[in-house]
Amino acid sequence: MALTCALPFVVAVFIAITHLTPPPGQGSAFLSAVLQDGELYPAAALALILPVFLPVAVAVVAGDSIAGEAAAGTLRYLLVRPVGRTRLLVAKLVSVIVYVLLVVLAVTFTAYATGVLLLGPSEAAAVGQPPAGSGGVVGPGGPAGPVPSAGLSAGGAVTSLSGAPLSLLQLTERIAGAIAFISVSMLGVAAIALFLSTITDSALGSALGALAALVASEILVTLNAATVVQPYLPTRYWLAWIDFFRQPVFWRDIQRGFGIQAVYVVVFLAAAWANFSTKDITA
Amino acid sequence: MIVTTALCKRYGAVEAVRSVDLDVREGDRYGLLGPNGSGKTTLVRMLLGLVYATSGEIEVLGRRMPRHAREVLPQVGALIEEPAAYPHLSGRANLALFDAAGPRGSAASGSSASGRRRRIEEALEQVGLGGVGRRPVRAYSLGMRQRLGLAAALIRRPRLLILDEPGNGLDPRGIRDLRELLVSLNGGGVTVFLSSHLLAEVEQLCTRVGVLDSGRLVLQDDLAALRAPTGRTVVDSPDADRVAAMLDGRVEHRDGQRLVVRHADPAGLNARLVGAGLRVSAIGSQQRTLEEIVLAVTGAGSDQVGGSP
Repeated sequence: MALTCALPFVVAVFIAITHLTPPPGQGSAFLSAVLQDGELYPAAALALILPVFLPVAVAVVAGDSIAGEAAAGTLRYLLVRPVGRTRLLVAKLVSVIVYVLLVVLAVTFTAYATGVLLLGPSEAAAVGQPPAGSGGVVGPGGPAGPVPSAGLSAGGAVTSLSGAPLSLLQLTERIAGAIAFISVSMLGVAAIALFLSTITDSALGSALGALAALVASEILVTLNAATVVQPYLPTRYWLAWIDFFRQPVFWRDIQRGFGIQAVYVVVFLAAAWANFSTKDITA
Repeated sequence: MIVTTALCKRYGAVEAVRSVDLDVREGDRYGLLGPNGSGKTTLVRMLLGLVYATSGEIEVLGRRMPRHAREVLPQVGALIEEPAAYPHLSGRANLALFDAAGPRGSAASGSSASGRRRRIEEALEQVGLGGVGRRPVRAYSLGMRQRLGLAAALIRRPRLLILDEPGNGLDPRGIRDLRELLVSLNGGGVTVFLSSHLLAEVEQLCTRVGVLDSGRLVLQDDLAALRAPTGRTVVDSPDADRVAAMLDGRVEHRDGQRLVVRHADPAGLNARLVGAGLRVSAIGSQQRTLEEIVLAVTGAGSDQVGGSP
């Protein structure tokens, strides 16, 4: 968790010192906008940790949940207490969910603090400075936002990716939405890792297995030849939470993302339960 | 206490346990013997509901397993192969954690916070870890871990102990402590079921034995019955030649000064020998050792890879 919070912090330090950001449309989402607006940094931080750090952390924690106990030998002692198998699985799932929420919230808050402290709250954009954000950060299939005009509106409010101003309330709502979306996406990862964790007695194996599935999904998402399966891949709509920062919110991909993750969560948790509750515990 | 009927377990093509009819009675100190790979651990795991039987029935404390695991297991203390604990926690913290897991309220006694602490201290005391401090389990020796595992089996004050190889990792003093603890618990009404391949241990501790060989229960009886006198007397005498001459025809076997004589009454034989002026340094009825009994009914263990058929 400390690691996932450290990365956005380090990035913020570098940006604050050098005042160099990726040009709009390149690099991680929102990063080009944070120099004008430190309050947008939580979103940038989430975008930084989402592709690698967060899934790795979640896969490791969820992958360890059952397999780790099996490898340590404590699983059999818990089960003969007795702790029901379904109950144990639910307890593990709850702890993984709590972990996911804690990480995402911790990243958001540290990033907000870092952003405001190091990069400063919203200030008027210098004339001639490149506009903040653009359609370029949008995932495949996303809409091309209207051409943004400037980083800041007259009222000093945060600017959406689409260029329209966001009030503080709106920003909070949207960050909350993004947190919910990312958490649900990570639950998809957790469900896959938890399922693998009930199959093997190797915590490492189940974490790596889940990550292998995600990497495969990421590759297929960018492969034109795989268009047929793309809407069903777990990582296809991972970046759709960026759409929360458009004005108005662009709901299509967000809804699809929630939907597909719900299917992954239900299917893999059911498989995990079916496997674990009928399995011979020989570890 | 434990009754299985035609219990079978098949892992793919391997029949680990074949039609076992186990019968452990209340108050027994039952020793399950058998070479490595004979199915002891699989059988123990089936009794505890960790491994599901392929066919057959299991009854523990009068209830069907694994269906009634929730009612049965709180009254059972178990040690399954090696003990396991969370290495970064102290022994006490581990016991508290295991004690808190599982159904609440069904604990034998003392489910209040102070009651739980008392039971944990009592269990640590029983296994000789009463003075152990806050050291994490990571720093425990093998014997200490084994004792902690035993303490974990005892915290709920069980009616039945199911212990898989409880003597592992213990030094001679630890083994004697374990034996004394189990005998004293047994005296207090706890039925003890343990598996072991240490014959001498079982011989000293158990009242009843079962022998598994290649998944089959090839022998199950009270130890006293198994070790009933063979009707032969063993005589140790410095005058072995003259003893042999005198008892000609009844000497079955001679090994230096030691003679095995077909005679059921050592005291009477002793009187005759001494009356004839023959010196006797030791005399007693012959009993088969558990080792002889077990080796007679079992084949080679699975860890022995021999070329002979």
